[in-house]
This record gives sequence, C-alpha cells and structure tokens, in this order.
Amino acid sequence: MSSGTLLRIDGLQVRYPTARGDTLAVDELSLELHAGECLGLVGESGCGKTAVLLAIMGLLASSAQVRGTIRYRDLELIGLRTAALNALRGARLAMVFQDPMSALNPYLRTIEQLREVSQVHGGSSRRTAERRALEMLEAVHIGDPERCARQYPHQLSGGMRQRVMIAMALMGDPEVLLADEPTTALDVTVQAQILALLQEVRVRTGAALLLVTHDLGVVAQLADRVGVMRGGRLLELAACEALFAQPQHPYTRTLLASMPRLQVPG
Amino acid sequence: MNAVTAAALLEVQGLMVSFPVRHAGRTVRLRALHDISLRLDAAETLGIVGESGSGKSTLARTLLRLTEPEQGQVRLRGIDLLQLRGSQLQRARARLQMIFQDGVAALDPRQRIGATLDEPLRMLKPGLSAAARLERVLDMLSRVGLEPPHLQRYPHEFSGGQAQRIGIARALIVEPELVVCDEPLASLDVSIRAQITALLLELKRDLGLSLIFIAHDLPAVQLLSDRVLVLYLGHIMETAARDALFHRPRHPYTRALLQSVPVPDPKLARLRRAPPLAGDIPSPLSPPSGCVFRTRCPHAIQRCALEVPPLRPVGGSEVACHRAEEI
Repeated sequence: MSSGTLLRIDGLQVRYPTARGDTLAVDELSLELHAGECLGLVGESGCGKTAVLLAIMGLLASSAQVRGTIRYRDLELIGLRTAALNALRGARLAMVFQDPMSALNPYLRTIEQLREVSQVHGGSSRRTAERRALEMLEAVHIGDPERCARQYPHQLSGGMRQRVMIAMALMGDPEVLLADEPTTALDVTVQAQILALLQEVRVRTGAALLLVTHDLGVVAQLADRVGVMRGGRLLELAACEALFAQPQHPYTRTLLASMPRLQVPG
Repeated sequence: MNAVTAAALLEVQGLMVSFPVRHAGRTVRLRALHDISLRLDAAETLGIVGESGSGKSTLARTLLRLTEPEQGQVRLRGIDLLQLRGSQLQRARARLQMIFQDGVAALDPRQRIGATLDEPLRMLKPGLSAAARLERVLDMLSRVGLEPPHLQRYPHEFSGGQAQRIGIARALIVEPELVVCDEPLASLDVSIRAQITALLLELKRDLGLSLIFIAHDLPAVQLLSDRVLVLYLGHIMETAARDALFHRPRHPYTRALLQSVPVPDPKLARLRRAPPLAGDIPSPLSPPSGCVFRTRCPHAIQRCALEVPPLRPVGGSEVACHRAEEI
C-alpha cells in the first residue's frame, strides 16, 4: 500500500439474504482513497454506493454478509471488534449522513450532540468539549453559534442541520470524511452553500472525502476522481475531468446524458 | 395586455392564503401566499420555482381547492372555482387534475392499477360504458409506456418511475383542462427523471396539455415551460416567458437560483466562487419589511427595507424589484 493511501478496499462483497434468495448489494468492489483527495462515488438508487460507506463504518445491518477487505492504514476494518471500531468512528473516520433530521438525536440540543464526540473520543472535560463545539459551529459558518448550540434539531432549517452534521463530523478531527448524499434533501441555493463548505473543510483540514451522490453536478464541483457504480459493481473509475470528457462505460455515458443542465445562451 | 385576456384558461387574481399556527403561546396567521395573480392560456405550461417554503405547493393546493384561500379568485374559463359548492365543485374537479410528488404514496396500496385508472372515469365521467372506460384505460396506459398486464398489479409491484407513470395516466384519463404537477420528478433517480420529463413533453405535445409545473429542478422547468413564475416567501418575484427568464433573469433572486444549479462539467463547476446566496429563507412568521428578499439580496439598499416593490413590467418581464433596471 502506498503511504498516501488511507483506505484500501479489496474485493468487497456485501450480500443480504432474503426470502427470495440473496441480494448482492456490493459485488467485488476494489478502490483506494488517498490522503487529502475527494473521491466521488456516483450511481442511482440501489447501486450499492451507500452500502460501501456503511461497510467502511461497520454500520451494515447484522444480517449482511461481508467478504473482502477494507483497510484503514494498516488496520482491517471488516470483523473489527466494536470497541476498536468505536475508537475510530467519529475520530479518524467520520460520516455526514443524507438526512440530518433523522441522523441527529431529536432529544439533544446541538451543543450536547457535539460535546459528546469530544467527551467520548478525547476524554475532554465538559468545558473543553463545549469550547471546541462552539469553534466547530463557527467553522461551518453558523451565524449565531451560541444560539444554535442551545437549539434542538427541529428548530433548525435543513441547511443549518446539515452544517451541524458537518460540525459534528469535524469534532474528532478526522482523516477520512464519508458523506452520503449530503445535499440531496436541500434546496439548490443551500446545496451550493453546503458544497462550498465541504470544499472549504477539505482545504482547511486536509481530510480525504469519500462522497456518495447520485448527482454528477455535485461530483463535478468537488471530486478529484470519480467512480461510477451500478448493480453493486464499480463500472468505471477515472479522474474527474477525464470521466466527464471521455466517459468509457456506456452506463456512464447514459448517466451523463440524463443529467439535467440549464441551456444558457451561446 | 388587458385587451386579450378573454381567452385565458386559468386566471388567478389577488390570491391570499394564510394558516393559523401556534407561535409563542398564541395563535397567529402565517401568510403563505401574498397577492398572487397569474394567468395560463390553453396548451401552455407555467413553471413555478422557488425554494422550500416559498409557497409553491400551497399555490397548487389552492388552485385545486385542497386549501381554501382567504381572498382572491381562481377562474377556470371564466368560472370562479372558489364559489363552487357540492356537485358543481365535483364536476369542476374533472377539469382539473393533479400529479403528485411521491408516485408510490399517491396510489392506493390495496387497489390494483386497473381499478385505480377506472375510478376517476366512473366518478367523473358517469356517461361512459364499462367498455368505453376500458378502452380509455388501455389507451392511456400505452401512452404512458405501460402494458395491459400491469392493470392486474398492485402499487408495490412498481418502481418509482412506473408509479409516476401511473399517476400521470390517472390524472390525464379524465381529459382535464388543467393539470397541476407538484414536484413530479423530485423523488426519482436521474435517468428516470429524464424519462418522465420526456414523457411529459411528449404528452404535452400530443394531447395539447395545459400544465402548471412546480419543480425544484430548474433544467426540467426550462425544458417544459412556456412561462415561468418565481416565488419567494409567498410573493411573486418575477414572471416571464421561458427564454427571457432563463437567458435574461432580472430579479436578483431569479439570478441566484439559476447560478445555484450544479453544472455537470468539472471545468465550469470549479470556476464558481462563492455560493450565490447566503443563509436560509426567513420564517414566514416574521417576514422582512419592504422587499421580502432584501435580507439575502446582494443589491439591497435602504429603500428595499421601507417599500414593498410592486410587480411591474421591466423589459418584457414582470419583476418585483426596485432596482431591476440598474442591476
């Protein structure tokens, strides 16, 4: 493994047993995530892109059968004990979920959700954790961090909630950020804000970003490399500009052709 | 343009909608739509865009009388729908149909598709025989790209795209004069979205449909619409012919919306610097004074806080902005 590789997935297979036979959610998938890069994984519903993220984080349903290897640096993540996984999750590896309304705990104020990360991982005191939480809220450009800190998720707008999710992911100063459709539930205007924020966070923290999305417009803006998935398989993996300029796989070409674009005058 | 208004299919005037909500321990009125006027000619598509909370769905629901307005008129070929009661309203409903956002949720899970498509005909076209109804069902089914064996199936046996096709067939089967589509693409994958957009375009052309097309998806609005209306916090910001709006947006909010659309081209996408709009749409419980958009507008001046900008003609478009000419 080259020194710049943070995550290395080899021959990953995720299988769900169902009454009507097994479903292969991920099929022989291999890829690497390098330090500091943004790798986009694109595909439509059911292509297995989210299952890849969940496999990395050890969050797959207990019925899922997983084969292959997922290495974070020198550590094998598949089959890792929960205690060891918990030491990584939220600290070295952090995730931004699609729907912050259901990913945030509705009974906790923002400050409590954020504080918890530092207290669990850093063993920080409550005061230190709260100071860090406020810093992170400021870092994700929440206008009035003190006020936001006191609020519950339902009191925040969709864009604010996603900023809180990102602040929470940054609390542990992760090396790898996993983002699952981070802007899908948002208006275009707010989507543009969150994409700019993710880009800023990458530059500032140097964290690598594995970005899962169905939206080629989103990867066009953020990704260095792009993988296209369908039916659990990785069909094409290329540098972002190359993928858009010379898509090799027919499905990639179909996806690009389906992508809505505004017609602007010459 | 007043002299030629006689032919309008739909004419909405001065529509005001508000909802009672509990806020800080007392009941207040939340104004969802403020003085909305619009018109739609036959065989025309009006696209309605704006962020969540701008009032798009409330407008759709009010046109169909699923929400009752406080004030205003909704005239379909001259008849004010808001005055209709009982059986008159029932008859008018055959002339207006709706296509919903979530195709699967909009179907009755315990009804086979055949029954789902037959029901509006039985309810709204009582003169048709069973054979005539079946003929229409089969015709509509093939128009939306489905097959006769599908009639025997239940909603859960269909994909999201197929369910949306069924929703479209159900709306069109009674030959409505106006079809209101509320985010019909929002729950679909990109390739399916492209298929449903193409289907709507084809049906619009073949059947001469008149559509109100509400969507977040601005490129789809550009493809389907003849005219576009931009809503923000229940107010019309701009309304114009399609090309005027997309090629020469005059309201700062319209510009920001267009600039926010992701560009599927890495070189162009990276030229973009700051996001075009900061912050969120304000709460409709405490809308800004003057122009409702001023708190997020890069061009706002003192006047914008003091005077509500009226919707006025600017170079062929109608724009609610004090500074439309100078910016």
